[in-house]
Amino acid sequence: MTVTELVSYDEALASYDPVMGLEVHVELGTRTKMFCGCSTELGAEANSQVCPTCLGLPGALPVVNKAGVESAIRIGLALNCRIADWCRFARKNYFYPDMPKNFQTSQYDEPIAFDGYLDVQLEDGEVFRVEIERAHMEEDTGKSTHVGGATGRIHGASHSLLDYNRAGIPLIEIVTKPIVGAGERAPEVAKAYVAELRELIKALGVSEARMEMGQMRCDVNLSLRPRGTEKFGTRSETKNVNSLRSVERAARFEIQRHAAVLSSGGTIIQETRHFHEDDGSTTSGRVKEEAEDYRYFPEPDLVPVAPSREWVEELRGTLPELPRVRRMRLREEWGISEHEMQSVLNAGAVDPIVATVDAGAPADQARKWWMGELARRANEDGVELTALPITPEQVARICALVAEGSLNDKLARQTIEGVLAGEGGPDEVVEKRGLKIVSDEGALGTAVDEAIAGNPDIAEKVRGGKIQAAGALVGAVMKATRGQADAARAREMILEKLGVEG
Amino acid sequence: MPGISREEVAHLAKLARLELKDEELDHFAGQLDDIIGAVAAVSEVADDADVPPTSHPLPLTNVMRPDEVRESLTPQQALSGAPAQEQQRFKVPQILGEE
Repeated sequence: MTVTELVSYDEALASYDPVMGLEVHVELGTRTKMFCGCSTELGAEANSQVCPTCLGLPGALPVVNKAGVESAIRIGLALNCRIADWCRFARKNYFYPDMPKNFQTSQYDEPIAFDGYLDVQLEDGEVFRVEIERAHMEEDTGKSTHVGGATGRIHGASHSLLDYNRAGIPLIEIVTKPIVGAGERAPEVAKAYVAELRELIKALGVSEARMEMGQMRCDVNLSLRPRGTEKFGTRSETKNVNSLRSVERAARFEIQRHAAVLSSGGTIIQETRHFHEDDGSTTSGRVKEEAEDYRYFPEPDLVPVAPSREWVEELRGTLPELPRVRRMRLREEWGISEHEMQSVLNAGAVDPIVATVDAGAPADQARKWWMGELARRANEDGVELTALPITPEQVARICALVAEGSLNDKLARQTIEGVLAGEGGPDEVVEKRGLKIVSDEGALGTAVDEAIAGNPDIAEKVRGGKIQAAGALVGAVMKATRGQADAARAREMILEKLGVEG
Repeated sequence: MPGISREEVAHLAKLARLELKDEELDHFAGQLDDIIGAVAAVSEVADDADVPPTSHPLPLTNVMRPDEVRESLTPQQALSGAPAQEQQRFKVPQILGEE
């Protein structure tokens, strides 16, 4: 194997124009498999969710899951696709033990959805339209464990073990048309497309689309052509790129690798490549079999799917507000900039903020906590915002306590800390930790008197009209009350006692 | 002109992981060619007439089932026909050779 020196990204782009194709597999969240009634529940013991159909036992016959077809149509519609009025399944024949039937039931030349597009927004707000070639129905494969080799790899394994619980779980494969014209932004477009698609799938409710769980997987096909030429170059197919960041890195790496091979006079081999999370590189996998080698043919055990136009329109009526439209609406409602909205999106804070606003908090307050204290904590703990042990309702309650003057920001932060530490809901934490703001006139009055007595010089300045010096006295009051005083009220009282007008 | 060549039969055998001897290749290539010829004769008849190709003998569409869980086999039942098993999984021989 030869190691190719990469050329720099800028150098690659100076000479070549990248063309990408993205294939995304989405595992549907149906209760049962695509062609049999076995459960799709995760975490079951090995080979406990299998039956004669998904094990490919002789004589077993598949029947299509209606919810799977429905999800496929809804995905197609959300991607602005045309929906076939008649289509069939096809057998994709291959020899590998992850499918006990020795074929995968898929669709070939008659996909259920085709000719669509998805508009994706890049970080600077530019909208890029990604054309969709097709979305088709198929089934997932079983899970292999390779034994006897180094770190579970297939190479060097003495044998493999198969669990077929996943075999037959519905998949929708969504294939883009060649993405041209993205230029140096190709990796960014790839990432934005997968991110937007994931939001869309989640909004449709057809899958949780959790990439880290393999519920959404991306293959990045990439080729380069010399700048100014039309003909596509030979592509490589980087398989199973399973995070948004990896999609961007894989595209970037392949651009640099292809450029290095091509500019040194070499040729790109059409092959499968594996992506490595650790250093962002790809390495050669198997040389791609010719498409004909799958010997596709119409599945004789299933009858055609012919969705009536009434059914399609009925399903169109169930489409949710599309994520990009929703984001634009929320951005206006919240009165924030594109850039701020992008940060909210990147932090995964859109839904928590919406839920907090729904629970009664003002949008700016909800955003402040989720994007501030809570985002920081999630980041520290390396978890998603929504995985933090605090609910939007609890955040809304904290906002309410701040609004009514029971908490200030500092105390609110301590309350959040308490909730996250499992000490109970906001009210309970405030009670247990004694966090309520000191606004009771007696206690506050004493603290104010002490602050004035302890800082005669400053008090004199304030009396003399230097009102801004009162801040130091407020500080002293806050210190004496360990931050629990109502700062605004303390300031009023200080000015009052010193006989000056605020 | 033959419908399928000896080389194509050898290629198909490789894809299906069937080890065929030379005389078997000759034998099957001849037989498959006859079968393909017979099918081609049917296609010819259907060619000009408006007979659409069919993949299913019954004029049915949209046979679907509701998304309701049905009982699966037990792992013991599922594995009962497996030539080898380990850790409640189907045990299969080495997938990739040393190449």
